[in-house]
Amino acid sequence: MECVTFDLAQTPLRAVNHYLHHNLTQTGGQAIEILNPDGAHNIAVGLNASVEVKILGHAGYYAASMNQLANVTIAGNVGTGVAENMMSGRVHVKGFASVSAGASAHGGLLIIDGDASLRCGISLKGADIVVGGSVGSFAAFMAQAGRIVVCGNAGEALGDSLYEAVIYVRGEIKSLGADARIEPMSEADYATVAELLAKAGFSHNPQDFQRVASAKQLYHWNADAVTSDSAFQ
Amino acid sequence: MCGIVGLLIKKPEWRESLGELMVPMLIGMSDRGPDSAGLAVFTATLPEPQRKYSLYSKDKFDWESLGRSFQASFTSASEIQINGNRAVLISDREPDRVKQWLKAKYPHLHLLSTGRTIDLYKDTGKPAMVADRYNFSALKGSHAIAHTRMATESAVTPDRAHPFTAGEDFCLVHNGSLSNPYSIRRRLEPLGIHFETDNDTEAACRFLEWRMREGDDLETAIKQGFVELDGFYTFLIGTADKLALVRDAFACKPAVVAETDNYVAIASEFRSLAHLPDVKNAHLYEPAPEELYIWMV
Repeated sequence: MECVTFDLAQTPLRAVNHYLHHNLTQTGGQAIEILNPDGAHNIAVGLNASVEVKILGHAGYYAASMNQLANVTIAGNVGTGVAENMMSGRVHVKGFASVSAGASAHGGLLIIDGDASLRCGISLKGADIVVGGSVGSFAAFMAQAGRIVVCGNAGEALGDSLYEAVIYVRGEIKSLGADARIEPMSEADYATVAELLAKAGFSHNPQDFQRVASAKQLYHWNADAVTSDSAFQ
Repeated sequence: MCGIVGLLIKKPEWRESLGELMVPMLIGMSDRGPDSAGLAVFTATLPEPQRKYSLYSKDKFDWESLGRSFQASFTSASEIQINGNRAVLISDREPDRVKQWLKAKYPHLHLLSTGRTIDLYKDTGKPAMVADRYNFSALKGSHAIAHTRMATESAVTPDRAHPFTAGEDFCLVHNGSLSNPYSIRRRLEPLGIHFETDNDTEAACRFLEWRMREGDDLETAIKQGFVELDGFYTFLIGTADKLALVRDAFACKPAVVAETDNYVAIASEFRSLAHLPDVKNAHLYEPAPEELYIWMV
């Protein structure tokens, strides 16, 4: 299928985003290709149509955030807040994602082929996230609903203050956050992991994953006190 | 906000182009810091006992008369390289004496840096204007760090722009905010460490340089920084032969690294790296919190 191509070295991003919001019907559902993103912020934000968008290169902050219905692929790395507050549709990052990937996303699927930095899925509200690599510290902090599959390792304080969201981790977990605990995998959990891996295009064995969920006993904050040697002593 | 950028050249023949490569990196971070900019460049090292002193004057200044006066006082040949409101004085006299003389005789001048390798520029204005004012694109050297400032914790003045320096051939740029700069300062001042501004970055810079003077290597000093410096920060640190990058434990402030066989480039955002030669094939990564990233020249 032919596609409509925009080159951000030639066309201002504002014009491209305007097109994505207002002019899609003119081209009858053709895929959109965006060249030379070069780290620009806010590429393809707030899409509200079932359109295919390919960003060829590295994107900056909030790429494909607030997405609804669209299928956005980013062939590169992304900055802060990719697919933040996504409502539905699919966002696929082929490189690594910086902090707060999928923050507070309500629905849809976020796939990250590489690693995700800190706070992946923070305050998640219902979307699914599949990370091919590892996630940094504070992943799924205060995540309320939704599912996160991590094929690599997890950093510190995984699932701190989780609500009803569930995390599946294949690799090692550096530490669990307050109130997060490892629970037995049920048949439903294996089926969930298999379903999400298949959707994301990964072929790991669901049997290799463990489930992290909330113990639901968090009624007060219990931060660990840190003591260390002082240079001034 | 604030933007930081750093570039270390691995291929010696590229050192001639350091400034040309650096200027678009700096300007790329203008949105993160539009009020001031600065750059420290590490050039060919002067032989002992020579030192160079980067000086800044707020107003128009007769630098040549300073050169003559220096000669009369020290009965020693010196060199003065003039670039608008900024000049570099080169002398083989004892650094403490030179600094005391400068302070006594020209108290309104600001000493930007001292060392055998470092040259420093900083001023208020949009980054592109500052880069033009001092002709950053002509700079040559092995590595450089630069900063675009959006002031959040102290006034917009040339001396509060980054990089900050302490001691010799040591400088630091910072994106973030420290929550305990005054307690650091209150603990360093009784040790004879003098502060020139109320800027939080100066506290970090003087703390790390003090640790190194006390015998820590750069790595140990930075680890002490993790213990003592409270706040959110990404630091980029330059010494005569090293470039170091660190983020606080929460990594609230951004950084991206692009490494090829020819260079290591660091910026707050990829936007500032996008123009670099062959960046599309670079090893690109985000530094982890409280990890040390140190590159040797």
